[in-house]
Formats: sequence, C-alpha cells, structure tokens
Amino acid sequence: MHPIIAIVFLPLIAAIVAGLANKAVPSVFAKAITTGALFISCALSWPIFLGFVGGTAETSVIPVLQWVQSGSLDFDWALRVDTLTAVMLVVITTVSALVHLYSWGYMDEDPDQPRFFAYLSLFTFAMLMLVTADNLVQMFFGWEGVGLASYLLIGFWFKKPSANAAAIKAFVVNRVGDLGFMLGIFGTFWVFGTVSIPEILEAAPSMSGSSIGFLGMRVQTMDVLCILLFIGAMGKSAQLGLHTWLPDAMEGPTPVSALIHAATMVTAGVFMVCRLSPMFEAAPVALGVVTFIGAATCIFAATVGTTQWDIKRVIAYSTCSQLGYMFFAAGVGAYGAAMFHLFTHAFFKALLFLGAGSVIHAMHHEQDMRYYGALRKEIPLTFWAMLAGTLAITGVGVYHLGLGFAGFWSKDAIIEVAFARGTELGMFAFWMGVFAALLTSFYSWRLMFLTFWGKPRWADSEHIQHAVHHGHDEPEDHNPAAQEDAGHDVRHDVPSPNYNAGTGGYHPHESPLTMLIPLGLLSIGAVLAGQFFAPAFLDSAAFWNGSIFYNEPLIHAMHAVPYLVKYAAFIVMLLGLAIAWFAYIKNTSIPGKAVEQLGPVYRFLYSKWYFDELYHYLFVVPAFWLGRQFWKLGDIGTIDRFGPNGVAWIVEKGSVGARKFQTGYLYSYALVMLLGLVAAITWVLF
Amino acid sequence: MEFPILSLMLAVPLIGAIACLFLPAGTARMVALVATLINLLLGAWLWVDYDIGGAQWQFVERAEIFAGFSYALGIDGIALMLIMLSVFLMPICILASWEGIKKRVGEYMSAFLLMEVLMIGVFASQDLFLFYIFFEAGLIPMFLIIGVWGGDNRIYASYKFFLYTLLGSVLMLIAMLWMVNEAGTTDIPTLMQFEFSSNAQTWLWLAFFASFAVKMPMWPVHTWLPDAHVQAPTAGSVILAGVLLKLGGYGFIRFSLPMFPDASAQFAWFVLALSMVAVIYTSLVALVQADMKKLIAYSSVAHMAIVTAGLFAFNVQGIEGAMMVMLGHGLVSGALFLCVGVIYDRLHTREIARYGGLSTNMPRYAVFFLLFTMASIGLPGTSNFIGEFLALAGVYEVSTAVTLVLTTGIILGAAYMLYLYRRVAFGTQVNEDAARMSDINVREWAMLAPIAAAVLWMGVYPESFLAPMRQDISALEARIARVAPDFDSDLTIGEPREHAANYMAGEANGEGAH
Repeated sequence: MHPIIAIVFLPLIAAIVAGLANKAVPSVFAKAITTGALFISCALSWPIFLGFVGGTAETSVIPVLQWVQSGSLDFDWALRVDTLTAVMLVVITTVSALVHLYSWGYMDEDPDQPRFFAYLSLFTFAMLMLVTADNLVQMFFGWEGVGLASYLLIGFWFKKPSANAAAIKAFVVNRVGDLGFMLGIFGTFWVFGTVSIPEILEAAPSMSGSSIGFLGMRVQTMDVLCILLFIGAMGKSAQLGLHTWLPDAMEGPTPVSALIHAATMVTAGVFMVCRLSPMFEAAPVALGVVTFIGAATCIFAATVGTTQWDIKRVIAYSTCSQLGYMFFAAGVGAYGAAMFHLFTHAFFKALLFLGAGSVIHAMHHEQDMRYYGALRKEIPLTFWAMLAGTLAITGVGVYHLGLGFAGFWSKDAIIEVAFARGTELGMFAFWMGVFAALLTSFYSWRLMFLTFWGKPRWADSEHIQHAVHHGHDEPEDHNPAAQEDAGHDVRHDVPSPNYNAGTGGYHPHESPLTMLIPLGLLSIGAVLAGQFFAPAFLDSAAFWNGSIFYNEPLIHAMHAVPYLVKYAAFIVMLLGLAIAWFAYIKNTSIPGKAVEQLGPVYRFLYSKWYFDELYHYLFVVPAFWLGRQFWKLGDIGTIDRFGPNGVAWIVEKGSVGARKFQTGYLYSYALVMLLGLVAAITWVLF
Repeated sequence: MEFPILSLMLAVPLIGAIACLFLPAGTARMVALVATLINLLLGAWLWVDYDIGGAQWQFVERAEIFAGFSYALGIDGIALMLIMLSVFLMPICILASWEGIKKRVGEYMSAFLLMEVLMIGVFASQDLFLFYIFFEAGLIPMFLIIGVWGGDNRIYASYKFFLYTLLGSVLMLIAMLWMVNEAGTTDIPTLMQFEFSSNAQTWLWLAFFASFAVKMPMWPVHTWLPDAHVQAPTAGSVILAGVLLKLGGYGFIRFSLPMFPDASAQFAWFVLALSMVAVIYTSLVALVQADMKKLIAYSSVAHMAIVTAGLFAFNVQGIEGAMMVMLGHGLVSGALFLCVGVIYDRLHTREIARYGGLSTNMPRYAVFFLLFTMASIGLPGTSNFIGEFLALAGVYEVSTAVTLVLTTGIILGAAYMLYLYRRVAFGTQVNEDAARMSDINVREWAMLAPIAAAVLWMGVYPESFLAPMRQDISALEARIARVAPDFDSDLTIGEPREHAANYMAGEANGEGAH
C-alpha cells in the first residue's frame, strides 16, 4: 500500500472517531487520536517530499474508488503524488500536526475540545484530498471540504453572534468564487471532453488559439476558462474583491487561523493556479488578470494592515498581502517561486499566528495591541519565536553573503522575477511588490514594538481587569478562550506614553510546553526553510519534474537582474523598520499626529477601503428586499390573488352548485377523475 | 411467468391499509411499520434482481382487462430508483408519525399505506390509464392527510392543492384520450416509440405540461407547495417533498420527452426560462421566511428548477443529473422536514425565532441537521452535489448564460440554509423552553441515520444509483438527441500560439545562484 493512502485517510478516520466519541470519553482520547494520526501522516509525508528533492521519487497516481460516470463525463477518486503534491503534503501535515499539538495547550480550558480536534483533522483530510486531486472535480471536493471545515471552525464558539456571522460570510463569499470554479469546470469539460488534470494540461497548448461562445460573446477559449477557474482561486485565497471574509475569519480560535487562514487553506488558490500552470500559460489575458489582482491585493492588504489594532487582524491582512505576492509570481510565470513563497510563508505565518496566540493566551484573551506593551521580558520565549517570524516575513537577508531568513529567499525572488519579466504588468507588480515590502516591514515591526517594547499598557483592558479581579478559578471564567474577541472598534486614537499606562497588577504568564514546542519547531522552519530549499524550488527543473510549468529562461533572467533590484527589498525592509522604530519607540506621538494630518486617508484604510459597507448595500440589503417583494407582491399579491384565491372568489360568488363543489371538493375530485376515466373507456370502446 | 414481485409490492401495503382501518392505534402503527418494512425488503430484492444492462423493461406483468386497457406493470432503471426512494422513505414516515399522530391513528396509517400503493403503482405502470389512476388517486390520501391531520389552516392548504392539480389533470386526461385514439394502444413503452405529428405534439405537450409543472412544482404554479407543507403533518411533508414532487419530473422523463420530442425541443427555452426565474425568485423568497417549513418548501422549488433545466438540456449529463437531484432531494428535503418535525414535536411551533442555540442541548440533532443542511447546499460528498453538478454540466452544453443564472443558486442556497441553521442551532439559548428540549431519542435516530447514510453513499459512490439508469437514459438521449437545441458555446479551433504566455527567449545564463 502506498503511504499516501495512510497520509490522507488517517486524519479522516481520526476525525470520525473523535467526533463520534465526542464527550462520551475523556477529551484526552480525541486529542490523542487526532494528534497521533497527524504526526503519523507528517512522518510519512517528509520521506515522500525528500524523495522528490533528492530526485529519487516518481510521480504516481493511486486509484481509490470509482466516482461518477455519466456519458463521456467520467471521474474517479484517486490520489496523485508528484512534486507539487509533495510540497503541499509536508506543508499541510507539518503545520497541522504542530497546530494539533499547540491546541492541547491553547484550548485546554475549552469544554468542547473533542469537537475542535475532530474539525481540525477533518479539515486536514479535505485539504489533503484537494492537493492529491487528479481531476478537477476531486479538487472541488477538497475545495468545498476545507470550506466546510473553515465554516465550522470560524463558528466554533457558536454562541458568539460575531463568530456565526463570520462563518456564514466566509462560506457564502467563497461560494461566489465557487460559482466561477464550477463554470470553469463545466467549460473545461465542454472544451476538452474530460476533467482529468493531466489530460487537460496536455491538450491545453493546442487550444491556445481557439475561441468559444460565452454569455453570447466570442472569447478566447483558454482565457475565459482560466479566468473562471481563477475566480474560484480568488475566493479561497481571499484576493481583492473576494477578500472580505478573511479578516472576519479571525473570529475562530487562533490555532485555526494559523492552520487554515494562514498556512494551508488560503493557499489553495495559489496551488490551483500552479497545478494548472500549463493551462494558464495558454491564456495570456488570464495570466494578466492573475498578475494584476495579485499585485493589487498585495498592496491593498498591506495598506490596511498598517492601521489595524487587533493583533490577529494585522496578521490576517498580512496573509492576504503575501498571497498577493504568490499570485503575481504565478502571473508572471514563476510558478516555482510562487510555490516556494507558499512553502516558506506557511512556516513563518503559522509561527506568527501561533505566537500571537501565545501572546493572547498570556494577556488573558486581550487581542488589542493598544493594551499590550513591554511583554518582551514577561514572555521571552514567545518573543523570540515572534522575532524569528518577523525577521522571516520582512525578508531579512544579505544577497552577497547568501544568507537570509525564509522570507528573504522567497519574497525577494518574487520581486526580482517580476522585474525580470519586464512586461508592463510585470513592472507594475514589481513596484507594488517593493512598496508592499516596505509596508510589510512597517506593520510587522509595528506589531512587534507595540507588543513587546515600550511600557505596559495593560491596565485599561477589560480582559486584564477581568483576570485581575476574578482570578482564574471563577466559575464564569470556565471557558475563557471563548472570550477571544476580534476587534474593539471603539477607540481610534493611538497609544501615548500617558494613555492607559500601567500593568493593572497583572502578571502575564508564558505558555505551556505544548504551545512552545510548535513555536520552536516552526521557528526553525522560518529561519532555515529558505536557505535549505531555495536551490530546489527556484532553480531546479528536475525537482519540479514536470508538475508545474517551469520557465527556465525566466529564472535565468531573474538571476541576472541589476543589484539595485536585488537589494530593493532589503532597502525598503530597513526603511520600514526605521519608520516603525521611530514612530513606536523613539517618538510615540508621531502616529497620533499622522492620523490627525491624514484623517480621511487613515479612516479609509482603517475601514478597509469600505468594502464591507459597499457589499452590504450592494448585495445583502437588495437580496433581502427583493426576497420580501417577491414573496409579498409576487406570490401572495399576484399569483395567489389572481390564482387560487381568485377562483375561490368566483366560485363563492357563483352558483349554489359551485358552492357544493367547493365544500365537497375531495369527493368532487374523485368524481371528476372517475367520470373522466369512464369517458376515456367509452371513447376507446365505441 | 416470473414471480409477480411488483404486484406483491402493491398488495402488501394494500392489505395493510385495509387492516389498519379496523385496528386499534397501537396495532395499526405496528402493522403499518411491518408492511412498509416488508416492502422495503421486497424493494431491495427488486434492486438486487434488476439486471443492469439487460432488457429495458423488467419484471413485466400483464393482464388484459378490456378494450386494450390492461393491468400492465414493469419497470426500467429510472422507475426502479424512484420505487426504491418511495419504499425507503415509507417506514421512516411511519416512525415519524409514531408519537405525533394521536387521533384516528388507524385511518392515518391506512392513508399512508394506500399512498405507498399508489406511488409504487405510478412508477410501475405500463398502461396509460393505469398510470392515470395511480397518478391522480395518489393525491387523495395526501388531501386527507393534510385535511384531517394537518395544521390550523389545513382547509385552505388542501383546497389550494386541489385547485392547482385539478386543472392539470383534466387537461392531461383529454390529451391521453386523444393519444390512445390516435396510436391505438394504451401501452406506455409502445407510445414512447410512437411518432405523433409535430403539430399534435405541441398540444399534447402543453396538456401534459399543465399537470407536471404543477406537480413539480415550477414557478409560477408553485404557491400551493409552501402552504401544503406548512399544514401537513411531518410525515406528510416528507412524502410530499420526497416522492410526490418527483412525479412531475418522472412525467417529463416518461412522457413529455420521449413521446413529444419535437414539442419538447420547441418549448425547451420556455422551460429553461421558467427554471431560471424559479432559482433566483424562490431562493430569495426562502431567504426572508420566518417559518422553517416554508423556507424548506421554497428551497424545494429552487432545487426542482435544476431538475427541469437538466431534463431540457437534452443530453446524458443533464438527464442523469436531473434524476440524481430528484433522488438526492427526495432524501435531503425529506430529512430536513424530519428535522423540523423533531423540534416541532417538542415545542409545537415552526417559527425559526422560537428556537436558537440548539447545538448546546441537542448536539446529536445538530450534527444531523448540519449534515442535511450541507447536503441541501450541494456540498461535494453528498447526494445533491452529484445531481446538481451533472445537471448544470449538461445545461452548460446548451447555454452558458442559463448555467450562470442557475449556478447562482449555489450561492443563494448556501445563504438561506446557513442563515436558517444559524438561527436554529447556533447562537445563545434565548428561549427557555427551547433550551430545555431533549436531544433526539432512539426512534428519531432510527429515522435520520439511514437517510444520512444514504446521502453520503450517493455522494461518494453514486455509481450504485447511476448504473441501473444508464442504459435507459442513453436510450432516451438517443431518441431526443436529434432535436437537441443549438448550443451557444461552440468551439472554433484556431491556430495554437507558438509560445506559452510567459515565453522568454533563452539567453545567456545568469550568474549562478540567487
């Protein structure tokens, strides 16, 4: 038996067992079985991946079960293992296993732990099905499966209205993307006569010059198909326009944010574009759209990230922005670089989220950075882990030394390759990428400085007050994790030295070992993943082994860009660090003044470019209004009024005989039927 | 002659129905349960014995009565699947009525068993007039179930039900008379091959359409459905949504498409247009409902619109998809009505706002409800996905624009179902009496678990259900393919581009590693 079977199905079995047992047995059972399954999956995944790195492994497809055969539309359950899958396998199983472990500590006081762990494992199964898909429909199965798990986990604390709203929003916005994905699958089937990915990819180049009818227009076949599929990717990967669900998804427990909304699920869109890269390479317009949307998201999310106060929301916008990098890398043809950034990002972003979780844990579920400060000495291990993550995401590294943290290798490669591509869109993406790198550095260090440096500002936090006044053993404190709260949108000002200063008598505590071990291991990934794997991901066509479109000349051009381009990201990284240091350490009155000076701009950014408000009035309100109109004016006011009620009115006003007809309708009905039948037989007989 | 298993499947519930009339409540329940379970076993036997890829019509029984009118039974794969759906849901309906029905239990059970007879009869009939009798008489027990055991406004509901159905059935009967006169036979398989003149087809198609559109129900003749569902007792709703709504679709497959292919093609755009309106219109109406049963009833109309669109796509995927939606919807909407019934039995209200936070005190119930909610949304891995996916893939081959409109149903469907689930199962427990309700008991578990298993089975391995129908659907497709409408997405193969989109000329190598 191929190990992939165990890798994929162990988490499913664990999820089912843990979910069915639920509270019938002590929660340690569910925790042990799910975490154990994930560690086994992880242990089995690394040898597969290293086999591809070493060049010894071969692409294989393991059939599982027949699925659907309808006319010429034919697809089965099967598990595909190639280099691209192997990369995703290690990302998914490693982060998932560590998040399972981390949750032992983080969710320790929650009464619903079996349910939580079952959902986590279910998610992992669905994600693995997505990345091992050999046909588009199985990919869609995984796609929707992770959507379901995401819905359940965002709404895990189902008593909180905000969590429920966020869960529905995530699902419905993703469904908008799925509309595109489904139409893309239908169109692909219509054009290629198959939904098998390898067959489509093989035939794609020959379709690059053909045209097709779509919504009454004549369009380029490959462009329309790829744009439709990309709309699906935009939903799942929270790209500009369909991104609104991701920040709200932070309502879920923090380990969920780390696993689903940073490391794995949201990267599914990038994975899809890379998996279908030969298809996208036959669609220049679609690739232009991918590049543009990616670059726009990259800069949009980074601008919003600079203004948020909620520690998780800052990281959420950061994720959105980094996904933009991955997409424009794919758009300019550097799929290896996109996958490499996906790979390194998984480690350092999961690290940042879990680190943030550790801070939140220490600060008694306070998430607002205005109430943090001076935590460096209080929770030193968390601090060092967060520092490693920050160094990685800001891309610290020196080109001439050949040394750098994970983000340096992957993000700088993306910025360089956009420049090397040289087209107008490529240059647009390059400039957006450089500017976003500046903002990335700024908001990441802003987060670090507000959290770990300066003076304590804990006293005014309701969560801290609650902790200090009630202690930890109060009955109503039983489920403190559920108090996790995304967004105090009350104050719009910024901390000053005199504002809500002091510790309020609170003593933050470092997290337990179950949380610190994942932080430590992910720190290793954040520091070393780039250094170790850059040669394989970026420069080795043999490593990719045909699983993505590998553009050799482009990579050569990437290495040949001028030194100024190579150092651009480094320079803006230092600039962002300097601005953040100046504004949040040196002279903390600057942010307040900046907000005053740039009031409208600040409000525009702080309100996330007003996307939520726009969509609310554009879609939600009209949908409910139309529903009410259709129901009251259409069904009741028109159809019923002139239909059955109108007939009743006529009958009532009519003859006595008709009145009888109305009261005894059942018998009349039987009579009419019988008379009809008699008439029928009579007609046939004579 | 082989063993008359179809007649036996009609006789068992018929005998049960007569017996129940004379039995006290407790015994009547047990008799009804045993009779439906026997029929379920007979159904399983039927399925196992059905020869996939064999003769088109199997288990044929025929007894001439007079004047060409004969007692003729026989099934193909399509009928087999719908009979399976009926016999599967029936014992569950009896269980659902076990405690909820307190007055006239014997008559109630009798009505249900009679309905089972008539439903199996509809799907097994091979004679036009026999079909007509079963088809129309099947509504009489339903009238009774709504009218006698229904809610407060049951008279209005059953009146509406009656009025809509009457018009259609009169027109259909007239059309049938004309057909028999013209073709000289009442044999359905013969009629399915008969070529009516194109002009006659138009009128015949419209007459049948009047009946089937109401049964479906298609917009705008759907308004009887929400009222009927709201007033019907739980088991009545299950059968109504589960099986009776499938009569319209079955009618299209058995009569309209094969007997009047030219007219079907002529009216295909009419049907597609009504389907598009139905998906958007009823989904939005479902969004604003405050009554659980009304919400699910409106969602049924939206799902049935996918069926009609799939059928009138004139290709294999569309028709197979339509059949799978019918089967999947039969299970899922039935299960959703059972879920409503479970909490209705406890609190005696269908108002969504009276519940809330049920995940806390009814966790097992919440799991089932979630599964069926997700199946209704069409999550892959559940029954409805297979059907919707195939049907929409079929429609795509006819029109991209229609597909786009119909596919928005997956967004709206997610919105109204998750909004319902949130208000019922999530949130804090605002209503004290709702918070005190007990979780599902063994009887309720026994109703929901088999449906849950079937929903997942159909989603993961639909081949079990597709295989028996494959040959019949390709035969139907072969008959109607010649009139299939033009598609709008026709492909023009052009000269492929020389290079990939991000092609760059290979030049001098870069200077080593990054």
